[in-house]
Amino acid sequence: MKQLRRTMLYVPGNNPGMIRDAYIYGSDSIMFDLEDSVSVDQKDSARFLVYEALHTIDYGNKEMVVRINAPDTKTGIDDLEAMVRTRKVVIRLPKTETAEDVLECEKQIERIERENGIPAGSTRMMAAIESARGVLNAEKIAFSSKRLTGIALGAEDFVTDLKTNRSPEGIELLFARSMILLAARAAGIDAIDTVYSDVNNEEGLRKETQIIKQLGFDGKSVINPRQIKPVCEIYTPTEKEIKKSLAVMEAIEEAHHKGSGVIALNGKMIDKPIVERAQHVLDLARAVGAIDKEESDK
Amino acid sequence: MDIRKIGTAGTMESSDIMITIMKNKGTGTEIQLTSSVEKQYGRKIREVIRETLAELGVENALVTAVDKGALDCTIRARVKTAAYRACESQEFKWGAKEG
Repeated sequence: MKQLRRTMLYVPGNNPGMIRDAYIYGSDSIMFDLEDSVSVDQKDSARFLVYEALHTIDYGNKEMVVRINAPDTKTGIDDLEAMVRTRKVVIRLPKTETAEDVLECEKQIERIERENGIPAGSTRMMAAIESARGVLNAEKIAFSSKRLTGIALGAEDFVTDLKTNRSPEGIELLFARSMILLAARAAGIDAIDTVYSDVNNEEGLRKETQIIKQLGFDGKSVINPRQIKPVCEIYTPTEKEIKKSLAVMEAIEEAHHKGSGVIALNGKMIDKPIVERAQHVLDLARAVGAIDKEESDK
Repeated sequence: MDIRKIGTAGTMESSDIMITIMKNKGTGTEIQLTSSVEKQYGRKIREVIRETLAELGVENALVTAVDKGALDCTIRARVKTAAYRACESQEFKWGAKEG
């Protein structure tokens, strides 16, 4: 089953209590932040804390991500030196503007892997796009490295760069979201939406999540554990969708059994995109326990 | 590593530990620990602090630790941070631990 990224929980890298508890809330990914949530004079402290926690705390099968500082600074390089050696995290690049930004970071990762006997190419990356230049280069960024698992929109810096601010409707983000989504899909990687900053406005979060799900995003970054449940609920398929998807998979199975090339369900032809959509619905349904593995594998 | 000044790390918040490291005028390493769970975990906390300093090659340290229920990994992280700061070193030695 594909790694789901419906929710990626931000955890400030210098907060031991939050780092300890991060796995209990049920997000698909956990992102320890060494960048903006850590003050300049505590970068060393956060780096040691995240490094030691990753070696001690069992986060189970959660995808672990670390947002590093800009990799063209000593702080960013020190972050990479520590985090690549853990062999447990996806490296998230902040403020990615060009494909070269990704490639420069990749060079450092390659060196650290080589120097430490870590299998070449085993460290995965994710790039956050947070500026007008980054959005315009989204395609080149998405195709820049095989290590990339996804690209993400960072809206706060982006709207500042556009000389506007975030509105409840998010009209100012429509082009950036569409661009990032298309780039990610063309490159065959995931697209992750930005955070919803008002943690007390659940209705607003739900509306925004519905929009980004409809656009095609795989999920959203969340800044508070309270935001996980609403996002997951929106990404949970309805009973009708699940039944339909199961029927599609059964029809496929039956057709394969009969050696039939043409597959039909209730008089409608089923082709490859329909099967792919059905499989995705079942992946999401299985993640929330709406169906068990055997049922979806029938 | 040689201690050159007072180094501190950590906070007084729950689940954290505040570590202060300075040169011990006497010989060896001395640990002054304050913890609400000292009776149950005092020995273990001191052991983690000593082991971490030994791993870094820091000797003759006077360590003040105010524990607020920190996990071992937090203790190690805070001791390392305070020690590097006290030794004014940024040549971090990361072990290539198995994942």
